[in-house]
Amino acid sequence: MTYLHNIGAYFLMIVEMFRKPTKWSVMKQLILKDVDDLIIGSLGIVAFISFFVGGVVTIQTALNIDNPLIPKYLVGFATRQSIILEFAPTFMSIIMAGKVGSFITSSIGTMRVTEQIDALEVMGINSLNYLVFPKFVSMMLYPFVISIAMFLGILGGMAACVYGGFSTLEDYITGIQTDFETFHVTYAFIKTIVFAFVLATIPSFHGFYMKGGALEVGKASTTSFVWTSVVIIILNYFLTQMLLS
Amino acid sequence: MIEVNNLHKSFGDVEVLKGISTSFEKGKTNLIIGQSGSGKTVFLKCLLGLFEYEEGAIAYDGKIFSQLSEDEKRNIRAQIGMVFQGSALFDSMTIAENVMFPLQMFTKQSKSEMEDRVDFVLKRVNLPDAHSKMPSEASGGMQKRVAIARAIVNNPKYLFCDEPNSGLDPKTAIVIDNLIQEITDEYQITTVINSHDMNSVMEIGEKIVFLRHGLKAWEGSNKTIFKTDNEVVTDFVYSSNLFKKVRKMYLKEHD
Repeated sequence: MTYLHNIGAYFLMIVEMFRKPTKWSVMKQLILKDVDDLIIGSLGIVAFISFFVGGVVTIQTALNIDNPLIPKYLVGFATRQSIILEFAPTFMSIIMAGKVGSFITSSIGTMRVTEQIDALEVMGINSLNYLVFPKFVSMMLYPFVISIAMFLGILGGMAACVYGGFSTLEDYITGIQTDFETFHVTYAFIKTIVFAFVLATIPSFHGFYMKGGALEVGKASTTSFVWTSVVIIILNYFLTQMLLS
Repeated sequence: MIEVNNLHKSFGDVEVLKGISTSFEKGKTNLIIGQSGSGKTVFLKCLLGLFEYEEGAIAYDGKIFSQLSEDEKRNIRAQIGMVFQGSALFDSMTIAENVMFPLQMFTKQSKSEMEDRVDFVLKRVNLPDAHSKMPSEASGGMQKRVAIARAIVNNPKYLFCDEPNSGLDPKTAIVIDNLIQEITDEYQITTVINSHDMNSVMEIGEKIVFLRHGLKAWEGSNKTIFKTDNEVVTDFVYSSNLFKKVRKMYLKEHD
């Protein structure tokens, strides 16, 4: 029953988020601040993880291809497919649920605890539009982050492959160009946009409707991470089924 | 003027407000007092529209709030200034940005006009040099004064304060009380203060509403509270020996 209530409240929150818009001059600043916090602030960790995970995917693939009949360029091919189809959009979104999601829940939750949201509402401001809408708009730049993750993942794979001595640079480049389907990139970006919406709204929901004090802010951040991850995994399954099969 | 008629509010099976009727006059500091759990905060939040109530009516200058359209409600809310118990300053903004916020949201003033107004109200609350500080760098008393500045910057018709003295030393508490009273007189605002600070009651309680178990148990002023025979009120007000002595002296003088 609580789950149903929360699902209903979540959709009502989304409707409310688009109503009674905040003045554009104020909203513009909020969006720029959230772009800085959520997108620019995530680039470092995304670059670091992507590069090294790309390298690991390449090493694992290369080590598992021990049949001499399998061409060496398949290492590059497998790395590209893994990174574009799953690692960059999905795995990175789970990491972002921890990084960006926790930040959103704790910042909105702290505003709830310290009555800052009440202050907005008393002034007659639509607090959901003021707080959540800029995050939603900022997260629409999330595909840009994922593009960087894709590029650096493949680059990390190339570095690991060449410097680890698993295959030549030419083989790796041939691999990443083999049977390239542009729809796979489209599929990855469709997923990314959906996940961006989830990453902006579920943590906001948990922060906005939390009750209690500082301890509950921590609990809300954890719950928000769990639910954001669960929803991303479920949506990933259905989107893959719909778009690829 | 704010009029409240037969206000009922429940949380599940627990009835917190059991039919409160009263009025808060313009240009006066109106105090809501009572023990913890008496329903003061819920009453204040109903007045502010933060809680919906099951029964009764609240009228702002004759307009019943629940019967207004969304736009009319928003217009009334834009005329409300609120000082929260914990100040509720936006911690990502400087003090000047906090005070400027209502002007940015509700007026079409130019940046220089807004800055002039912010300078004026910060001087009015005796914080002329605090513009660039962050709320976390300000003391409790300063934060309360910034909250008052933010509440009055847009010339509100109604000022609400939830425990404005909580967490402050007695001297700073008196400064805040006097500031609220001066502002109320100066701008002829309808001020409603939620408090259990007896110093405030004695100093600025031009009208006092005493709540107990969700009901209005007594209504009067700082002048009549000394003379009341209402045992519930005297138990609460004179719970400290100091106030018992003050009352004795007052009654002696006025007999």
